Amino acid sequence: MSAEMQKTIADFIAQKILKQPKRVINPTDALISSGLIDSFSLVDLALFVEDTFGVRIADSELNASTFDSVEQLANLIASRQK
Amino acid sequence: MTTFTAVLRDFYEREPDRVSVTLQHPNQPDFHITYRELIERSNDYAAAYARAGVKPGDVVILILQHGKDLVYSFWGAVLLGAIPSMMPFLTEKLSPERYRADLAALFSHSHPKGVVTYPEFEADVKTLVAESGYSACEVFITDRIPQQEKLDLSSLPGMNAAETNIVLLQHSSGSTGLQKGVALSHRAIFNHLDAYGESIRLTRDDVIVSWLPLYHDMGLIACFLLPILRGVHVVQMSPFDWVRAPWRLLRTISDYRGTLTWLPNFAYNFCAQKIRDRDLEGVDLSSWRASINTSEPVRFKSHEMFYERFKSYGLKFETLQTSYGMAENVFAATQNDLSKLPYVEEIDRESFVADKVARPAFDGRPAIQMMSCGQPIPNTAIRVVDSKGHDVPERHVGEIVLKSNCMLTGYYNRADITKKAFLPGGWYMSGDYGYMVNGEVFVAGRKKDMIIVGGKNVYPQDLEALACEVPGVHPGRTVAFGLFDESQGTEEVVFIAEVDSEDEAEHERVADEIRKHVTRNSAIAARYVRVVGPKWVLKTSSGKVARSANKEKFIRELESENQA
Repeated sequence: MSAEMQKTIADFIAQKILKQPKRVINPTDALISSGLIDSFSLVDLALFVEDTFGVRIADSELNASTFDSVEQLANLIASRQK
Repeated sequence: MTTFTAVLRDFYEREPDRVSVTLQHPNQPDFHITYRELIERSNDYAAAYARAGVKPGDVVILILQHGKDLVYSFWGAVLLGAIPSMMPFLTEKLSPERYRADLAALFSHSHPKGVVTYPEFEADVKTLVAESGYSACEVFITDRIPQQEKLDLSSLPGMNAAETNIVLLQHSSGSTGLQKGVALSHRAIFNHLDAYGESIRLTRDDVIVSWLPLYHDMGLIACFLLPILRGVHVVQMSPFDWVRAPWRLLRTISDYRGTLTWLPNFAYNFCAQKIRDRDLEGVDLSSWRASINTSEPVRFKSHEMFYERFKSYGLKFETLQTSYGMAENVFAATQNDLSKLPYVEEIDRESFVADKVARPAFDGRPAIQMMSCGQPIPNTAIRVVDSKGHDVPERHVGEIVLKSNCMLTGYYNRADITKKAFLPGGWYMSGDYGYMVNGEVFVAGRKKDMIIVGGKNVYPQDLEALACEVPGVHPGRTVAFGLFDESQGTEEVVFIAEVDSEDEAEHERVADEIRKHVTRNSAIAARYVRVVGPKWVLKTSSGKVARSANKEKFIRELESENQA
């Protein structure tokens, strides 16, 4: 489940945010602190997570201290799905 | 005529308890600043500057974000008669190397006597100032500005300012922009506020709502100086908060019965696409009389998208207005008549591209939709000229030039580039292409090498230099340009960088490095990064990178890939 969720998130980031469909995003790659995802795309990520996994991420949580990798984001989602 | 300081004194004496600025921060109560607080707390900064030896006419650089310290440190400099300049505050992910380079660019012409910043940047900024060689520059820290007991307005040197004095410097970001400070006088700004206030029929019942950064003319003039100097309430939020929660803008308009906003074109698409209904429960936009689209190319499709999305919340179509402007004219040069919809027309694509003439579309041939930016504001004259400076006929595309009583004093300490910016007779060359019909100004492209992304001006040469810093990239063989994206309503930045290898995995790796490096070192994010093998990048006969030819080549490849 978690691996599948991670893949879903990583695919979204590669295809829709980075526009590099072939880009491989490792579960531990830094997303926000590295600048890979810019601030204009954070809200897209939050809306995608909500639509796909039914979990809401508040705007105040859209920063590297809440999650900074696909793995951390997947864990955050999983913890809220319970 | 008057000065900033004289106007502040009048408010202080006559309406000290009037709320001037409201600052919003998520999960905190709104912070209201009256004229009394504005002036007394700004005086704390004026006193701190004076004690450290800052004199009238000296430049003070503010490295601060949205918040009360930015407001007070700015007006503190004005009260002293010093010249404040807000440094474009880059993002939270800013690299120290870039800060160093940016400060060096800013220091190189502005020779500041003071820098104001937050405690968390103290060590870095002090090191950078020491390295810069400007040892006479004092660093002020926001939590160490002692409160003054008594305010004696008449003793403040800024009270003696002449209206021709320079009152502020304004920069765009990147090392090119930071070396070009637009210096504006009290007189130019008041002349502008008079003319522009008339254009938008500003009254003291207006309420301005803004998320715009104050280092940019749209935020600084329309949503900071105009309201404070005209006694109009402004409610501000941080661009960082808005971009994560665009609904905040609409909620605040509803809560404060906001009447006026200024927004770059992309913000219409952004709001229309990224706000959910549940964040708008109870929102009423019926007080909103004008949302003025300016600072990047205006698109009617963006207005339509925005209106369709929010009309059920009381938004009126006439609220969506347009303007065209530039910092060199203080802010606006044109404004659409707020009682009418902006004029929209279809022009024939082929005539526009091949003949540089905006002929109305005919016979169902391919057309381009254009939206007018309105007519020149009352104090500004506009002409459209050819490359020799001669007027072109109506509907012919040429460079927009303008003349007014609110032009910049000059680029600060840069007489060389100031002189080059004007035609004989005092006509400022905007660097924008456009055409006129019945006095309406249509903007149709740029002569100057500048990319406008999300309302931010960036210079491609700065971005190309950044890409060249990435190991493996061929120096001098990178290209950066803007590509308009219809769904985003703005330009997206494209990078092309040449490497020795033809290996795809290597290309991906370098592309990633460029993306990260650019994001960490500039005000923008790279959207498309294409790493290419040897001899891809086209050069001119003189060996310079040909941006437009490379852009065309990139678009052709993109189109053929999409078809494949």
